[in-house]
Amino acid sequence: MSETRVHFYQVGSFAVGNRLLSADERTVQSDRRRTNSIDSGHRACQGCGEALGARYALDAAMRATANQLVAVNATGCLEVFSTPFPETSWQIPWLHSLFGNAPAVATGVAAALRVKGRDQVRVVGQAGDGGTVDIGFGTLSGMFERNDDVLFICYDNEGYMNTGVQRSAATPPAARTATTDAVGPDPGNPFGQGKDLPRIAMAHGIPYVATATVADLHDLERKVERAMSLHGARYLHVFVPCPLGWGAASHETIHLARLAKETGIFPVYEAEYGEVTGVSSIRRPVPVTEYLRLQRRYAHLFGHPGRPDVIERLQAMADANIARLGLRGTEEDA
Amino acid sequence: MFQVRFHGRGGQGVVTAAELLAVAAFREGRHAQAFPSFGSERTGAPVVSYCRIDDREIRTREPISAPDAVVIQDVTLIHQVDLFGGLAAAGYVLINTSRTFAELGLGELAARCQPDHLSTCPATELALEHVGRPVPNAALLGGLAALTDQVPLHAIGDALRDRFGPIVGERNLAAAAAAFEHVRAQREVVAGATAD
Amino acid sequence: MLQQIEGSRAIAEAVARCRPEVVCAYPISPQTHIIEAIGVMVKEGALAPCEYINVESEFAAMSVSIGASAAGARAYTATASQGLLFMIEAVYNAAGLGLPIVMTLANRAIGAPINIWNDHSDAMAVRDAGWIQLFAETNQEAADLHIQAFRLAEELSVPVMVCMDGFILTHAVEGVDLLDQDVVDAFLPPYEPRQVLDPEDPVSIGAMVGPEAFEEVRYLAHLRQLDALDRIPVIAAEFAAVSGRASGGLVRPYRLEDADTAIIAMGSVLGTIKDAVDQRRDAGERVGVLGITSFRPFPLEAVRAALAGVERVIVVEKAFSLGMGGVLATDVAMALGTSSLHTVVAGLGGRPITLASLTDMLARARADELATLSFLDLDEGVIARERARMASTRRSGPFAENVLRDLGRPREDHP
Repeated sequence: MSETRVHFYQVGSFAVGNRLLSADERTVQSDRRRTNSIDSGHRACQGCGEALGARYALDAAMRATANQLVAVNATGCLEVFSTPFPETSWQIPWLHSLFGNAPAVATGVAAALRVKGRDQVRVVGQAGDGGTVDIGFGTLSGMFERNDDVLFICYDNEGYMNTGVQRSAATPPAARTATTDAVGPDPGNPFGQGKDLPRIAMAHGIPYVATATVADLHDLERKVERAMSLHGARYLHVFVPCPLGWGAASHETIHLARLAKETGIFPVYEAEYGEVTGVSSIRRPVPVTEYLRLQRRYAHLFGHPGRPDVIERLQAMADANIARLGLRGTEEDA
Repeated sequence: MFQVRFHGRGGQGVVTAAELLAVAAFREGRHAQAFPSFGSERTGAPVVSYCRIDDREIRTREPISAPDAVVIQDVTLIHQVDLFGGLAAAGYVLINTSRTFAELGLGELAARCQPDHLSTCPATELALEHVGRPVPNAALLGGLAALTDQVPLHAIGDALRDRFGPIVGERNLAAAAAAFEHVRAQREVVAGATAD
Repeated sequence: MLQQIEGSRAIAEAVARCRPEVVCAYPISPQTHIIEAIGVMVKEGALAPCEYINVESEFAAMSVSIGASAAGARAYTATASQGLLFMIEAVYNAAGLGLPIVMTLANRAIGAPINIWNDHSDAMAVRDAGWIQLFAETNQEAADLHIQAFRLAEELSVPVMVCMDGFILTHAVEGVDLLDQDVVDAFLPPYEPRQVLDPEDPVSIGAMVGPEAFEEVRYLAHLRQLDALDRIPVIAAEFAAVSGRASGGLVRPYRLEDADTAIIAMGSVLGTIKDAVDQRRDAGERVGVLGITSFRPFPLEAVRAALAGVERVIVVEKAFSLGMGGVLATDVAMALGTSSLHTVVAGLGGRPITLASLTDMLARARADELATLSFLDLDEGVIARERARMASTRRSGPFAENVLRDLGRPREDHP
């Protein structure tokens, strides 16, 4: 599938001029026939990136499957804020079992659908970063290596937000969490730790791996559609800022997601069968400080004397991402 | 109830021997129960398996501590493992060897057992000859049939064919039949000697 | 057809006749032969349509089963020991969700010390999980119980665990009569789920339930277990009608009429106990046995009724609660409204329970010399020596290894 290039950027803004697109190029969300897989009225915080990401991803998956979709959910914010009965937000068949087993449960659902001859019904598994990179990692890797017919979506907000902002293996270096406090000689999360799950997923050689952010919802929807056009194990890692956990203003969610991508901190790309097939180039390079400054979890890096050395290391990590994936490639071409 | 204990080493078909004997007895309309010594033994380690044969339902689950017959598949176990513990006074012993009990250092055992309840059989050689593999279990079952009269040779043949299919089963049966003849001839010699 | 067959093979054949749709496999002794044999059948296409999934852990085995069952498939898996503990979170979850998964538990001890042999510690560890737990005495009963288990599970929407003694049953070759496919089909209708993930009728399953409803939800799950107390005998009777065999049910009395002494036990040891009881009966002693088939739900009333008139109750169990004592015995005491019974812990980690030891134990009981809690064939000497070692030095080392070293050492008092 060729990428839809959107050229209708407004000056000084990244907002997509959705209304300027032809009807079939517009987002699923702009369509009145969207399914509202996860309905309004749930209990997510103001500015929740995960709620936004899940809504876009699932509605896109619904459109891609003609509404033949089952969702499996790990324990976590998404599960908790969406389900206190009788106010379930789920307008699609939805199953929550445990924190660490969503990939395996999704495998079971897919197996049952296959054995029942209902192959047209597709399965999406979803979890936060804790349920994906930490406690669910074993079942996720098993699902990947068996190439089970599941799209697994990780909504990555870089920590255990449901339990009060603790550190996960997706928490970036230097970030303050409740278990990596901004105290001592090396405040925040240590350097040299953590997992790059999209690359681990690619190492399984599965049909499709992609990253996305809630800043580019066209891109997110397109990747979901691409994923649903394939069979076997597919993985989508969505960057979803958490205003509460990151100490950011709730109106900054989209902005932060965009800065994560534009700084190179969170590279946006896709891969098939272990090989990168496309990257979202940085359009307006920005230093990491622009991203970091907006979040209280990095407040200890700023002020006087601050930690310019740490900021430098974070910048180096972003630069390494940019170099590795050629995120400024199109700029150079230009 | 007739209780048989098989001793051998992992890889010699010790567990299979007990199972085959149970199947043979079952084919004769008797109740039978076979089970291994439940170890996590690897190839070459001492292994024990058990088989009970009875005309009524077998309910007990304990390992056989007082066997009516002991089958030794591997002579290197002699004096290494308590092979004859609990062996009944009129118990049977069948050893895979071409040596004599005395040569194996089992003169004392031979002295306290009934001569016609003791037998040796070159089962490994017979297996090599008829099956082409040094797995003595089928041959020993033939020998055991001749020694104890608990199951007929044709039932052992049925069990072997069930387990290994017609071709390999038939080869194993040939080894068992040869061992059967070997042990029967031995017993005739002993019976003749006793009669004299 | 009656066959001389390995227990595990018999279970695989019985499960196959139940037409499972999703089977998860993860190896752990002593259940492995079951799952291997089913794997062959699936790969041959004999069970089509059936999905056989080689998962990466027992936790995944139960999790995949949960997903499959919630999507409307008949799901089966098997495990033992550490495997059951590794999946325990999902074991509770399956019951909490009311998913009628059937699982074989090839009972095995739990480490440390690591031990692959039989006892009932694994089953006891999940007795409160909300699963129905049925114990098989023989391979015949184990095979029959699996067929009844699917029926029971699906009728009540509750998972069922068929417990069979690892190695002692799973690896024993004995006669098992397997029902013909058409008989099983008539006995076990296709799975009609109470809840299913279906895009045509979307439901949320597994939502958070707060204090306002949690107690009621749990109580409903309890009521389903109580319903099982009614349904288990009915299903066993229906099974007897088509098979001609008494398999399953709540309890199994043996020579309890006029008995003054009763032994209560679960699983394969009942066979050896029956032999011991026959001998004592021949000697004129009024001894009987009560086998517990349904451990969860626990048949309080059936146990009470079966033991009416019995003066001396001895519970022989292959597990115990450290620091307390018998587990099964506690339930029996609850049934009888008395705590004056004897708990005999036996067969831990595969130690053989012999006719001789049982006979000796019965003699001590009749002579009023049996303690409230005792351990069959316990080697007091090795315990005393290790306790002395521990008292003599702080760094006495790992005690399991010390015991092994002690037992392996040639000594005058320990030939």
